[in-house]
Amino acid sequence: MNESLLLDETVPGGGHASLIVKRGQLLRLTDLRGGANVSLMLFNAAEKTERLNLPDTLKCQHTAKLTTGHCLYSDMGRILAAIVADTCGWHDSLGGVSNQQEVAEKYGVGRYQELRNAFYRNGTDNLLVELGKWGLGLSDLLMTLNLFSRVDVTDTGRLEFVAGNSSAGDYVELYAPMNTLVVLTAIQHPLDPNPEYAPKPVKLTLSAADRQVAEICRTSHDENVRGFINTDRFFL
Amino acid sequence: MNLPLNSSLTASDKNPALATYRETLAAGAPWLKELKAGQTLRIHDLEGNQAVDTLFYSAAEPRERYDVQRTLRRQQSIYLTTGTVLYSNLGNPMLTIVADTCGRHDTLGGACAQESNVVRYAFEKRYMHSCRDNYLCACAHDGRLSKRDISANVNFFMNVPVTASGGLTFEDGISAPGKYVELRAEMDVIVLISNCPQLNNPCNAYNPTPAELLIWD
Repeated sequence: MNESLLLDETVPGGGHASLIVKRGQLLRLTDLRGGANVSLMLFNAAEKTERLNLPDTLKCQHTAKLTTGHCLYSDMGRILAAIVADTCGWHDSLGGVSNQQEVAEKYGVGRYQELRNAFYRNGTDNLLVELGKWGLGLSDLLMTLNLFSRVDVTDTGRLEFVAGNSSAGDYVELYAPMNTLVVLTAIQHPLDPNPEYAPKPVKLTLSAADRQVAEICRTSHDENVRGFINTDRFFL
Repeated sequence: MNLPLNSSLTASDKNPALATYRETLAAGAPWLKELKAGQTLRIHDLEGNQAVDTLFYSAAEPRERYDVQRTLRRQQSIYLTTGTVLYSNLGNPMLTIVADTCGRHDTLGGACAQESNVVRYAFEKRYMHSCRDNYLCACAHDGRLSKRDISANVNFFMNVPVTASGGLTFEDGISAPGKYVELRAEMDVIVLISNCPQLNNPCNAYNPTPAELLIWD
């Protein structure tokens, strides 16, 4: 990645962040220590009722996992982000985020009063806080994409969390073909069996990119050719 | 055919003659109705393999709604069948599947829309009728719901397995004429249905058909 660096920031484990990745920019998320999970949401920055639609994303590319070559679709048939690079090979669309009650049941109580900023946070509230900064709320909290995590489905339909999917230094790169509001939290996957509350930090790196980096996604499925045309039409 | 291995086919002892509501929903039509806590809704696949795209909201607070990811991870399985509790985005049980003669229902495939039809099939499919058109129209008339409230739905009678390698496949249906599913409301809910009008997908044999809806107190 030699493009001009625009932002380099680390989100601590348990932290939440949001930013607009503009059309033509590339956001790299790096798992600094291994075993990270990032619960991710995407919106059209210009019309925030348009947002990541995982069912549309999965069915038009016939996949339940997401990795290099896949596009992340909005409910309006446009591409909010394209996964142009990925060193861990599997990102989970099934697990979602925990709420306060689930976190308390799993890890016990960890209050700010005793733990200060190491207190036990949960993905639902983290995302609601970050959504609130953009005028969004509970109605906008849809299915989340869990980067760096893998959940297998057995032939009977059972969900099985796969530990060790992401190692220190693994990264995923999202190219934005439109102005995309990214809302995320670095928080443990709800199905991660680790009994300790120990969310891992993630580095965000934003840079300008050439549209050519997304060719691997545009050409991976006929559906994505049409998806990119839809996206470009938003900027006529 | 990949039969469901962990499902329990459960027939209902409810008598249709005693239902307090019984209507046939035409192929491609929307339906929005409140179900009171304790009432049971049967969705009846009259002709087989019809996708009944369904969303649920708390009637008291419609921002509280069906949450696919919480529902799947609470039961540790991607298929909905007898015993499945449908959870809300606030973690509350909304409905329980109390009978199911089909055995497997999808909740990952979402609903069709004009825009997704363009991506999936072709630009000239844009002006065909779609589930999201039904949802938006029903929401606009009802007044309590809008586009922001339309989230990932349940596709009753659809079979969308995930493979070991993470693929998502639309298999031939395992439903058949006369199969049904029953849900008991655990809270007062708004039920929003689009009886799917999709003409481009072999999963319904390119032939949308009517569904029957029954409610018991």
